Amino acid sequence: MKKLLNEFKLRMLSRSSNESFARVAAASFIAQLDPTIEELSDIKTAVSEAVTNCIVHAYKEELGTIYIWTRIFEGGTVEIKVRDYGCGIENIAKAMEPLYTTLGGERAGLGFAVMQSFMDKLTVTSAPSKGTCVTMSKKLSLRMGDNAKQG
Amino acid sequence: MSVRIENKGDVVTAYLEGELDHHNAKAIREDVDAALDRHSPGLLVLDFREITFMDSSGIGLVMGRYKKLQGTGAQIHITGTSPPIYKVMQIAGLSKLANIDKGGKTLEKTAE
Repeated sequence: MKKLLNEFKLRMLSRSSNESFARVAAASFIAQLDPTIEELSDIKTAVSEAVTNCIVHAYKEELGTIYIWTRIFEGGTVEIKVRDYGCGIENIAKAMEPLYTTLGGERAGLGFAVMQSFMDKLTVTSAPSKGTCVTMSKKLSLRMGDNAKQG
Repeated sequence: MSVRIENKGDVVTAYLEGELDHHNAKAIREDVDAALDRHSPGLLVLDFREITFMDSSGIGLVMGRYKKLQGTGAQIHITGTSPPIYKVMQIAGLSKLANIDKGGKTLEKTAE
């Protein structure tokens, strides 16, 4: 992995009102790289999906803690980890299939599909009753050069 | 997040506003469903012009309404989608379930 330039860690309760807070926090932090509007929107959407998964799946029956760790690496790669200690995923491959959902009705089952297509790379590790860690990264275009370096 | 609902003839139009995520989706769904139950329209127009953010919860909203209207013969028309919102909808292949136009011009035509 390339040299770490900046990072932030965030810990919050799995309240649905925090979905908006989490994606805005990630977007504000990444703003130092002068991303395009599309890049910013992609990252906000991916973070929103990951955090929503923690709320509606991992901590479905309880209020738990969600950890977000965002790092910026040299060259403009952003890596975001969203971690929970909730119920975990029995079958990760199945959970990642587009349109698969255990909730039915109003959930489209496209959370992972959105993360996958809006970010460059997505890795999911999980164990039942231990929790889930979603790691996603995206290389930004760095229109203005490596801004984060100068901070 | 809010939704303003208008009923004109056979058409129910829902003007969605704000950020459409899981947190906000429930209230919108309830308002739209109440209007569908009340008016049994032939066409539901979902106007996304004033939506500033949407994740897959928005897809859930459209798919849920599609399921609700299935068998009634009613159509869904989606209008006013900005590029980021259209991008999310494309992942779901929503164009198979509903007519989607980006400009919102068809809306006026349909609603009149």
